[in-house]
Amino acid sequence: MYDFTYQRASSQDEAISNYKNADDARYLAGGMTLIPVLKLRLDKPSDLIDLGDLEDLEGISEDNGNIVIKAMTNHHTVNYSDLVKKHIPALATLAGTIGDPMVRNRGTIGGSLANNDPAASYPSAVLALNATITTNMNNIEADDFFKGMFETALEEGELIKSVSFPIPEQAGYQHFPNPASRYPIVGAFVAKTGGSVRVGVTGAGPCAYRQSEFEEAWSDGNMDPERIKDIKISPEGLNSDIHASAEYRAHLVNVMARRAIA
Amino acid sequence: MKFGIGQPVTRKEDPKFLTGRGRYVDDIELPNMTHGYVLRSIHANAIINSIDVNSAKNSPGVISVLTGEDYAADEIGSITCDSINPMLSKGEPQLRPHPALIKDAVKCVGAPVAFVVAETLVQAKDAAELIQIDYEILPSVTSVLSVREKDTPIVWEGTENNISFTFGIGNEGDVAEAMKNARHITKATIVNNRITTNSMEPRSSIGAYNKGEDKLTLYSSNQSPNRVRSELAHTILHIPENKLQVISPDVGGGFGMKGGFYGEDVLVLWASRKLGRPVKWTSERLESFVTDSHARDVVADCEMVFDADGKVTGLRVSADYSVGAYVAPSGGISPMFFTLLLSGVYAIPAISVVTRCQFTNTISTAPYRGAGRPEAAFVLERLMDMAAQELGTDPVELRRKNMIKSDQMPYQTALMHAYDSGEFEQIMDEAVEKSEWHSFQSRREKSKIGGKIRGIGLASYLEGAAPFNERMEIRFDPGGDVTIVAGTHSHGQGHETVYSQMVSEFLGVPFESIRLIQGDTDKVAMGRGTVGSRSMTVGGSALHLAAEEIIEKGKKIAGHLLEAGETDIEFDSGVFSVAGTDKQINIVEVAKSSYTLVMWPPHLGMGLEGIGTFNPGMGNFPNGCQIAEVEIDPETGKVELVNLVIVGDVGTVINPLLLEGQIHGGITQGVGQATLENIVYEGKSGQLLSASFQDYTMPRADDLPLYDVSSHPVPTTTNPLGVKGAGETGTVGAPAAVLNAIVNALSSVGVKDIEMPATSEKVWQALQNAA
Ligand SMILES: Cc1cc2nc3c(=O)[nH]c(=O)nc-3n(C[C@H](O)[C@H](O)[C@H](O)COP(=O)(O)OP(=O)(O)OC[C@H]3O[C@@H](n4cnc5c(N)ncnc54)[C@H](O)[C@@H]3O)c2cc1C
Repeated sequence: MYDFTYQRASSQDEAISNYKNADDARYLAGGMTLIPVLKLRLDKPSDLIDLGDLEDLEGISEDNGNIVIKAMTNHHTVNYSDLVKKHIPALATLAGTIGDPMVRNRGTIGGSLANNDPAASYPSAVLALNATITTNMNNIEADDFFKGMFETALEEGELIKSVSFPIPEQAGYQHFPNPASRYPIVGAFVAKTGGSVRVGVTGAGPCAYRQSEFEEAWSDGNMDPERIKDIKISPEGLNSDIHASAEYRAHLVNVMARRAIA
Repeated sequence: MKFGIGQPVTRKEDPKFLTGRGRYVDDIELPNMTHGYVLRSIHANAIINSIDVNSAKNSPGVISVLTGEDYAADEIGSITCDSINPMLSKGEPQLRPHPALIKDAVKCVGAPVAFVVAETLVQAKDAAELIQIDYEILPSVTSVLSVREKDTPIVWEGTENNISFTFGIGNEGDVAEAMKNARHITKATIVNNRITTNSMEPRSSIGAYNKGEDKLTLYSSNQSPNRVRSELAHTILHIPENKLQVISPDVGGGFGMKGGFYGEDVLVLWASRKLGRPVKWTSERLESFVTDSHARDVVADCEMVFDADGKVTGLRVSADYSVGAYVAPSGGISPMFFTLLLSGVYAIPAISVVTRCQFTNTISTAPYRGAGRPEAAFVLERLMDMAAQELGTDPVELRRKNMIKSDQMPYQTALMHAYDSGEFEQIMDEAVEKSEWHSFQSRREKSKIGGKIRGIGLASYLEGAAPFNERMEIRFDPGGDVTIVAGTHSHGQGHETVYSQMVSEFLGVPFESIRLIQGDTDKVAMGRGTVGSRSMTVGGSALHLAAEEIIEKGKKIAGHLLEAGETDIEFDSGVFSVAGTDKQINIVEVAKSSYTLVMWPPHLGMGLEGIGTFNPGMGNFPNGCQIAEVEIDPETGKVELVNLVIVGDVGTVINPLLLEGQIHGGITQGVGQATLENIVYEGKSGQLLSASFQDYTMPRADDLPLYDVSSHPVPTTTNPLGVKGAGETGTVGAPAAVLNAIVNALSSVGVKDIEMPATSEKVWQALQNAA
């Protein structure tokens, strides 16, 4: 780890202005991604601005047909939230598949989305549920948020405040874990909201995306797995590594999407 | 006897380890200590045109930056392989001794090129980033399969091929003859993938130089401190052995990987002597992946010859074994066991083995739990299953037909070993029974209804354990308590418990009164550490002999105290008594009396202690049968291990609880290789791709079923306790059993073989190809 200045913000405004005033700052949420990166000397920020004290960035509420999860809410809280379990049980399930108990008690939804790891679990849900990401500057639609591998629509210093998930009629999530890291090799979130079906896929590509072939097959709202069984996903552009070739991932996208709603 | 031999005593050492009170090398802080960081090659094969360390030397906190040039200037010795068995070796070995800092050309990723010593580790790392190295990159070869191809890059220039050394044994003429008369020959190329140990505690070393005494101390996470002392003193540092103290405190897992010394041990000693301050180096996990010795990595062309009755009449194995670029001191061990153990539990009249040990641009291979024995068992047990399928016979019956029967013991194999004991067939039958082998079909049907493919597979196997002689001391202190000074080294095995059980039984002293000293060459006169499943055999037997010596001495003292002749004294359960009388005295009282200050007969000496040394000869042959059952999800290829039965023969069982622990761990490491673990170097660049736990898959509890473990002890006659090795047998059989089960499942759709690790993708791909 290289040296950096550690700061602990006492308000969102302070966090944002300290970020601007620093040379090359990073927000620190759960640290489950950022700290390992620093330990491996893969990043060299001048300042870490810890968001840990910002209680107004934590919590889950229901608002007008939406479940709103604030950025610093950790995965464990989402996993165990009665509100989430009642209205979007698939999202609670997804949170429970992330990492291990230590990671789930530290890692946050805001950190996960800001980081946009190609294998991150939440982005599949954000896309499938057509969530809105609220920052200190903007409300960003799911479809506009994920830009590429570790790339998002966030501007320099932009702070995620909350994520708002419309409550679906039906939703399901399944992932095929990487045997080593247990991140999804492929994860599929399938949701029907207001009669329309969206399928978010993570792990397969450079970042999460919607599988339009499946959405079309289910466009009348009848999510019969058999309908997509024979749809072959092209491996082109999908990730390939020592755990799974693009071809295998393409195949798993289909299997996971079917299992998500089976 | 509650704490005696055979009792499931819980571990004495557990409270310490479970409450975080273990003390490992990295926990040790010496006054004025400095921190070392090794800068390593980022290329698999490259010439070093120049190294510029000037800015590094001027970086804050830096005390010294050492390179291969300094190493040569200081005439520090080279590290070389000292484990080539001359009885097996064919031709002149090419060993290429190497310094602990490489100077002119690096031959694998991770090769050490500079050692930065600074006040803090962060400062050392900062400085290392300032070192400029001009590399000229050469083509590299990392996989043993590509070594077999033509026009493969040569690791060491000036050689025609990549062969470092070759082992050969057997009678090729007899095998050729068997082939002539063959009814059937099963031919296969069997690949055993490269894996790594991943001890929980990474390697760590501290070198400390005492200028006043001109003495060096090495704290090192190591399994064999006395051996490390000898090797370092003589071949590397050129100092008398009594000027080097090696301390291996608590060690968090070794598995053979920490069996010998490493270059970093040399670096911290050399630097501390040079700088006059202690130097600590601790491996990071990534560094462990890149620099701890790897294991297995052998590909074997095999031909198993059958006559018309299904009897094996011959076996030919021609193998290539990767030993890496810099052959490790113990680099000859695994290929040796592999070569020697290819008769397994079978009566094979003619065997011929050639094992070529090949240089590759990888880190060296060295023993890892099993060390060549899992590789040999894997060859035999895959061949047996392949042959059974080709011949259309039942795999159990084919094995039965060829097994060495218990009434054939002792049995001289066609290779070097003669087995003293074993009931291979009975053990297989027990395992078959416990696994409900005969009702497998109904379970397969049930799985099928659930959309899964079920398979079952077995492995009957044998290994060679307990090499080299050993020395143990038992001594009573003046207060009557007992200390064991062990030449072995416990690093997870639980020796403090089992040795205490033994001594408590041998001498009838309280279990609680016994303490174990190990792992410090200033306290342990000599010992060969713990490797090769040897400690219960050689440590236990030496302990037995030490106890005998104490009893003999004790009789003399008791005779004096009880006013009787020495020959009239009997010893039983801690009590000396005069035959035919009620006169008796406890051994603890005898021990206390032996320290009497005045009026003590000179011929009784002072104190009560014994030294035992034991030579195991050819060692012993633990064996067993494992049966695995798997369920495969054909849509994803995911393999679930649903059952694993093991029936094992480790001879006399000292502590069934600890034995089961050894078996569990051993099996798990074998299952890991079969389904999950794999070291992957990128073909072209020679970079290690599986260099973290994000990419190297360790088995976890939820990957595993509850094992069904039982013992079928056939005590060996080759040591007084009848014990056989127990540390490795789980690992020896598991890969073959699990792979056989997977192939059995897949054979229903025509798949004949699959390579380890049988990952989900590989299984899925095999199913796709078969469809
Ligand atoms: C062993 C292990 C297993 C894991 N398994 C999974 C898995 O299966 N699935 C999965 O999805 N993830 C997994 N993770 C990652 C985990 O979910 C992380 O917690 C998450 O990716 C990042 O969240 P964090 O709160 O720790 O963020 P941090 O590490 O603190 O920050 C990550 C990045 O986000 C930025 N950031 C944080 N908060 C905000 C904010 N409010 N606004 C703007 N930027 C912000 C930071 O500046 C930083 O760049 C795993 C992690 C580990 C260590």
